Amino acid sequence: MRHVFSVRIGPVSFRVGSDWRGPVEQLRALYADHPAPVDGIADYTVRLSATRPWRRFVRPSVAIAGDYMLPDAAPLPLAHGLLAAEMAMNLQLALGERRFLLLHAATVERDGRAIVLTGESGAGKSTLAALLSARGWRLMGDEFALLDPETGLLHAFPRLVSLKNAAVGVVRRALPEARFGPLMAGTPKGDIRHLVPDAVALAAMDRPARPVRLVFPRYGFANDAQPVGAGEAFVRLTQASTNYVALGEQGFDALTRFVREVPAVALDYPDADSAIAAIEG
Amino acid sequence: MAETRYRAPARDGLRIAALDDLIAVYHRASGITHLVVAPVPELLEAMAGEWRSLESLAEAFGLAAGERGALIERLDELVAAGLVEAA
Repeated sequence: MRHVFSVRIGPVSFRVGSDWRGPVEQLRALYADHPAPVDGIADYTVRLSATRPWRRFVRPSVAIAGDYMLPDAAPLPLAHGLLAAEMAMNLQLALGERRFLLLHAATVERDGRAIVLTGESGAGKSTLAALLSARGWRLMGDEFALLDPETGLLHAFPRLVSLKNAAVGVVRRALPEARFGPLMAGTPKGDIRHLVPDAVALAAMDRPARPVRLVFPRYGFANDAQPVGAGEAFVRLTQASTNYVALGEQGFDALTRFVREVPAVALDYPDADSAIAAIEG
Repeated sequence: MAETRYRAPARDGLRIAALDDLIAVYHRASGITHLVVAPVPELLEAMAGEWRSLESLAEAFGLAAGERGALIERLDELVAAGLVEAA
């Protein structure tokens, strides 16, 4: 690979190699304040390669690859190289991680107490986490909550926050001083723009937190908050975990402990303000 | 014809965690998590590591001769799920 970039995000480090300079330069700029991998050795390797050698010159598109692969991952146009890098990094972690139980969730923390927001794409995880960070919460991550099976604590994974469509404008208004990546229009996930986690998130990224609340937000419905039992939370979180099966008994122990100790609520909300009020209330 | 007998894994072959209304059962041999409700944990306990006949299970749960249909259904489900052996 001609262009290489390495970064540590919480307890996880990546090395990204690319056939093109562009995506690596963007990553380097946006992750400028993140540390390098400890001892220079990355946990995961990601490759952004030209789908065909000649395609590097003619309508270039990016195929993502690494230690773990999805054979049918569609190539993305080079203009979306940053998105390809993000997807590839997520994929390596999602499929390869064995130290932590991974929950597809955003996490924010205040006074050592973490709130976990989980739900399908479009539920508002990233948006709510970014908006809460504008209100003094520490952003631990918008994509993966890393649950330590030994301690029951959550570890931060403050990667670039991936904002989609209308969320881009909402978060820009709430965080006018924040740094954002380039707007990538018309990706398979819609219009995407990345938010750089703030200095608080980066300074504290090695500090784990105790989960105290699990929220299943759902955007586009009238205000409603209903408690979710431990059994239902367990089922939903096995679906929201990318490595529950791979962790075996350790995953079972970690997740049963989590749902027994952490009260859960299903939160329907019509707009971000009401969700924030419900989460902070 | 010999009567069908059933056996669940020994106690240390399962991890069982009550989660409100559901009970999560982790089967160590297969690595599969099962979500069950009563009386499955009680059934598993009654034949943990031990072959039991339908007769003796029905007796243990106080079922009369006409009430065994549901027990057979539960046992068949557990056999299909791989949590219980039948012989």
